[in-house]
Amino acid sequence: MSAIVSVKDVTKTYEGGFQALKGVSLDIEQGEIIALLGPNGAGKTTLISVICGMVNTTSGSITVGGYDIVDDFRGARRLIGLVPQELSLEPFEKVINSVSFSRGLFGKPRDDAYIERILRQLSLWDKKGARVKELSGGMKRRVLIAKALSHEPRVLFLDEPTAGVDVELRKDMWEIVRGLRADGVTIILTTHHIEEAEAIADRVGIINDGEILLVQDKAELMAQMGRKELTIELQEPIAEIPAGLARYELVMGKDGGSLVYSYDTKGERTGITALLSDLSAQGLVLKDVSTSQSSLEDIFVGLVGNAA
Amino acid sequence: MNLTAIKAIYVYEMTRFFRTLLQSFISPILSTSLYFVVFGAAIGSRIETVEGVSYGAFIVPGLIMLSVMTQSTANASFGIYFPKFIGTIYELLSAPVSFVEIMIGYVGAAASKALLVGLIILATAFLFVDLDIAHPVAMVAFLVMTCFSFSLLGFIIGIWAKNFEQLQLIPLLLITPLVFLGGSFYSISMLPPVWQTITMFNPVVYLISGFRWAFFGTAEVSIGVSLFAIALFTGACIAVIGWIFKTGYRLKT
Repeated sequence: MSAIVSVKDVTKTYEGGFQALKGVSLDIEQGEIIALLGPNGAGKTTLISVICGMVNTTSGSITVGGYDIVDDFRGARRLIGLVPQELSLEPFEKVINSVSFSRGLFGKPRDDAYIERILRQLSLWDKKGARVKELSGGMKRRVLIAKALSHEPRVLFLDEPTAGVDVELRKDMWEIVRGLRADGVTIILTTHHIEEAEAIADRVGIINDGEILLVQDKAELMAQMGRKELTIELQEPIAEIPAGLARYELVMGKDGGSLVYSYDTKGERTGITALLSDLSAQGLVLKDVSTSQSSLEDIFVGLVGNAA
Repeated sequence: MNLTAIKAIYVYEMTRFFRTLLQSFISPILSTSLYFVVFGAAIGSRIETVEGVSYGAFIVPGLIMLSVMTQSTANASFGIYFPKFIGTIYELLSAPVSFVEIMIGYVGAAASKALLVGLIILATAFLFVDLDIAHPVAMVAFLVMTCFSFSLLGFIIGIWAKNFEQLQLIPLLLITPLVFLGGSFYSISMLPPVWQTITMFNPVVYLISGFRWAFFGTAEVSIGVSLFAIALFTGACIAVIGWIFKTGYRLKT
């Protein structure tokens, strides 16, 4: 796969000196869903804003579909659809006019059939003649998505798409996002809901304090999450791990009073029964046993905490 | 040039204009009719002629200019300020449109609306006074130039304004006084000599004088000077907008 969005060493310092982005580099692959995860004020929205052209970079370069966002802004922006975090819509405009306006703004000729298809996909067709102010918050969010899709973008930015949205609508949104990906649209979404990243992303990027701390395949992250640790407290401390237990790759705890065994919960066999049997064979007496599991949240908190 | 985008902005703005028909048309027509009644009929009946023209007819160009200038400024400033206020400016900034195209769309729509209002007021004037237009083509040309130049000014105000108060500030404190003191309701020659000299620093004098020339064939300042003044004003507005676009002033951070 090739990168459709390429961000290289981008910094952004606002007037007043606040540095929102500190040398961010990120390649987004064509056709993927990437979730940018981070706490409020991490720089997620600023990163999206510079890619979409609403905020100037201080340094660094960005290309979208091979087009530089400054020198060839028309080429780059034609490929991009943006759903902002705020429900920014003209309240007195009709839904269909608002969506059609967006298509025209991006230089696309009028296509009533396409607009109808989008509105139907987003369950907005019945509301096409309604004024925006008459819609619920969830419907307004759908109008924003329809506007962003009106010009057939290849890259869609969703800035906190489910902020303030109830659980049912959130799941609807996820379905919409999956549907778009199936149509070949590359999707970049920002969120601070970890379960959102888990539910729909192919890759997860963790951003904090203007820096990208980690970009990793979600499956790999899930594999890390799937690892569990079995901590065995011993009755008597040991000086070293007996050679007969080498195949378990145990880690000795503090003062030799415990052993830690890592295993994959998704594996066919965890090896716990054999381990306990071998421990007994080695003459080790157990005092206590406990298990723990790392979650994406642990990874996230750990990364963000270490960076702070 | 993204002509489709310019058309989209223009049509969107014009639709908004027709959606608010009452404010857009009725209110300027009503207020201008009141001017005709008060100044033209009530006070004007006591004034015989000004520079050989009946007072009722004499104030027509000034009244049209008053409406056209305030309408152009208000339309264009609101047009670009409103998306800033409600946040929909994100769409303009992230679309494949240049600032020049954005400006053409908004200024074009604002000028068109003001032109329509100006023409409707002219039609209304025919109901109140006998009017012969000496140079109709020049009259329309002056009207169009004024609409565009003041829409450019309005566009600047709309970008500059941070709130609705600021949006009203310049029209209220600058444009209305300049138009009133620019000879809308009187001939400059009726003023004492000192005030005549001071008045010549008011750029609106040249616009109203040129416009009045198109109506009656006589002017207080030469038509060449009037044209130069409007060109200078338009040039100054374009220069400021050029700087705004270059720096992204109050549009991009």
